[in-house]
Amino acid sequence: MQAIKKEKLEMLRREILCLQGLGTRPSSEQPPIKLGPVLNNMPGKVFPVGAVHEFLSPTLAASAATIGFISAVISFLMQSGKPCLWVGMRRTIFPPALKVFGIDPDRIVFIEVAKEKEALWTIEEALKCKALGAVIGEIKELDFTSSRRLQLAVEDSRVTGFINRLYPRSLRPTACVARWQILPAGSQTTGGLPGIGFPRWRVELLKIRNGKPDCWQLEWSDNAFHSIDSSVQKMVSPALQTGVA
Amino acid sequence: MNIRYLSIWFRHLLTDGYALQQPGLNNIPFVMASPEHGRMVIQAVNAVAEADGIHAGMVVADARVIFPSLQVVDAKEGTEEELLNLLAEWCLRYTPDVAIDLPDGLVLNITGCPHLWGGERAYLKDLVLRLRGMGYDARAAMADTVGAAWAVARYGKITPLIENGGQKETLVTLPPAALRLEQVVTERLHKLGLYTIGSFIDMPRSTLRRRFGPEILTRIDQALGTVAERIQPIRPMPPYEERLPCLEPIRTAKGIEIAISRLLEKLCLRLYREGKGLRTAILTCHRIDHERQQISISTGRPSRNTEHLFKLFELQIPTIRPALGIELFLLEAGITETLTATQETLWNATGSDEKAVAELLDKIAGKVGADKVHRYMPSEHYWPERSYKEAVSLQDQPATAWRTDRLRPVCLLPRPEKIEVSVPLPDYPPLLFRYGGKPYRIVKADGPERIEQEWWLEEGLHRDYYAVEDEGGARYWLFRAGHFDHEQSGWYLHGFFA
Repeated sequence: MQAIKKEKLEMLRREILCLQGLGTRPSSEQPPIKLGPVLNNMPGKVFPVGAVHEFLSPTLAASAATIGFISAVISFLMQSGKPCLWVGMRRTIFPPALKVFGIDPDRIVFIEVAKEKEALWTIEEALKCKALGAVIGEIKELDFTSSRRLQLAVEDSRVTGFINRLYPRSLRPTACVARWQILPAGSQTTGGLPGIGFPRWRVELLKIRNGKPDCWQLEWSDNAFHSIDSSVQKMVSPALQTGVA
Repeated sequence: MNIRYLSIWFRHLLTDGYALQQPGLNNIPFVMASPEHGRMVIQAVNAVAEADGIHAGMVVADARVIFPSLQVVDAKEGTEEELLNLLAEWCLRYTPDVAIDLPDGLVLNITGCPHLWGGERAYLKDLVLRLRGMGYDARAAMADTVGAAWAVARYGKITPLIENGGQKETLVTLPPAALRLEQVVTERLHKLGLYTIGSFIDMPRSTLRRRFGPEILTRIDQALGTVAERIQPIRPMPPYEERLPCLEPIRTAKGIEIAISRLLEKLCLRLYREGKGLRTAILTCHRIDHERQQISISTGRPSRNTEHLFKLFELQIPTIRPALGIELFLLEAGITETLTATQETLWNATGSDEKAVAELLDKIAGKVGADKVHRYMPSEHYWPERSYKEAVSLQDQPATAWRTDRLRPVCLLPRPEKIEVSVPLPDYPPLLFRYGGKPYRIVKADGPERIEQEWWLEEGLHRDYYAVEDEGGARYWLFRAGHFDHEQSGWYLHGFFA
């Protein structure tokens, strides 16, 4: 009796997630995004595609780490052969470097706009286009209204949006499904060799709808995420430490 | 109805055409020459130079002996045809049938046209005077046959108007060259003392054929009108243009939208029938106060999708100022390209996806500007700034693979920024660097990787790149320009690794 009840509840939960535009329908042919332990904290243990994710980058180095993390995630999304759009105010991406993250840089279309308003318009239009694999936007501020607009756009098209906010000023809540902060972490080489190892990040999931926020250390090597077991000290991130709200 | 032809001869077609573009050459003797067997041979001479005894076929060096200050211009092949095409299109106002008669003439079938100008004489006068007014030294003649008109335009001395059936009387006084014969035949006729057409036109046909070949008989028949001669009239391409006049002046955005969609429907139907797609289109709105308002769109790949094109126009409708009202809409397709039903795929997405992406990009380009949309291709250079290049089109595929053997930063600063460093030894990575007023202590480093400046492209110092990691785990790409003891040597921050 208990087992039946539990199963029923689980099914209903999944259904609610689908209605909220978060869960994955069983029919979706999307390749799974293998994020290792991070998925345990996600609703339904899947990375929410067809949603907008927000990333905070307090420094340029953090922005680079964020771009690396996003590139690694979209390499899974781009496996279906769909192109990807990268919208920013000033392009700092070095296209040849993206190949390491499993993306063909020639399949990304970069759009450099002059104003933040234009960037938001472009991101919204792109998110409405079903033919795209993912849309990455680099903007500074994202208020609730505009994030809501983006969320509405993806609910119909099921495109995944990534917003990288460099030097964010306000940390007010947005309608995005998740808020992340990716910071660089010290790399390690195998066998104690000198030099720099594979890219490693401190992945902080600050907010997630229907999930549990947490913090991990992930490494990207051989086109896959690897979790670093070393106990991560729960540090307060610099952006939150400053107390800007 | 009696068929009539008019032949126009441009005596100095090439030079007149050139002088129209370079008015400074109008009264100066100049020639147009092109290389032939290693020497410059004159192809065309203007009227002033001709008066000085210079003629086509001379070598430029010889002509310079006669006239040292002679101006020489390079002749381009195919210019005659271009000029004649333009003139032929201009002549369409006189008759719908205009043919090009290379190398230096036009033939017009003017049957049923001259009475509109008040008779043949007025017609001819109007045509020739206008051509001369444009700057072309033109001669024209009218006759029942192309051959007779051609002969009189070039060799006639009495009247350019040959009456009905008057070909024979006119031709007999003209030289044999007026029959459009080959050079060899004309020379042979001259050798035999046959200086006018009249001296051999009545000879038995078999004799003429035996001595001068069958061509002379055809030419005589054509000139006299016993054998029909066809001309190949030019067919000017109707422009991709649609008009929509309005009974009432349009002042609302909705009205403009309706007008645009109607025009697009008509235009796209024609594009569909001809298997074309448009790349650029201009909508001109003629207002009742005689002002014009224009909006234009461009697409990344040829398109004839009404909905898509309408969306592109829709973004710009607010920029139109209708003022008192618009009375005429004019839609022109500037550039059109062949669009087959199935185009090769872009990337490896499915056909419909590809179209959706192209349409999205058009929309974005229409709003933020086409120069803001970029795609990059690998380029075979080690120098980081040159290791990628802009893709020409959306269909472009990379010719070489992207390199992954060297570690490269995901963020590259647009230009390297100067930093202060403390280095323990030359050619060692720094222990500490200071950027933006903050010190960064380096704990791990890789390098150096020397990248030489490509001296054939740009002068400059080489760079020794180091990948370094600070205490916080952030990774940077630093380089030292030049050797450590070089006077212009310095340290720079160039990028951030992921």
